[in-house]
Amino acid sequence: MIWLIWALVFSCFLCLYRVGAGPTPPDRTVAIDILGTLVVGVCAIWAVITGKDFYINIAIAWALLSFIGTITLAKYLEGRGLDE
Amino acid sequence: MSEPVAIILFIIGGLFDLFGCIGLVRLPDIYNRLQAATKCVTLGTSFILFGVFFWAGFSAMGVKALICAVFILITSPTAAHALARGAHISGVKLWEKSVMDRYAEDKEGKSVGGEVEKA
Repeated sequence: MIWLIWALVFSCFLCLYRVGAGPTPPDRTVAIDILGTLVVGVCAIWAVITGKDFYINIAIAWALLSFIGTITLAKYLEGRGLDE
Repeated sequence: MSEPVAIILFIIGGLFDLFGCIGLVRLPDIYNRLQAATKCVTLGTSFILFGVFFWAGFSAMGVKALICAVFILITSPTAAHALARGAHISGVKLWEKSVMDRYAEDKEGKSVGGEVEKA
């Protein structure tokens, strides 16, 4: 099942290309959001390969932090404050 | 619980993730990239987490994977919608071959209606 990890790592490198080459700030923000979701999948498959279940905890925490970061950047792009 | 179902779900999820990221690189516009990448990668990662649930069954690992899958299915479209709205408000142009911008028409209609109400 290690080839599936390699496919997801290749997808992560495609996302990093978009982070580097995106012409506008929302492009980079989309790529960071997608990168967080991909890392959740990598953590899930790695938990199955090694048989240790605390990688799922890392996946849950990473999904939560990625969601909060994306919402914060979206509100910053709208030009509003964080309490409106 | 049943390992062949889990393997099939892993393969489907990995293919969805890969094609979503190819769409993120290849498409010309921020809105097209959002539409390709967010939907494909959300569904692919949810397939992988449901595969972990089918692999582990009703143990601690499987139930946590199920909770994480439901969380991603709820939050990732929300984040994408907020991001598309933020990009449109901050003034990112559409692709020059785009045919329709209903959000801009909607905002113009609302502003005209407000002026009529004030007058």
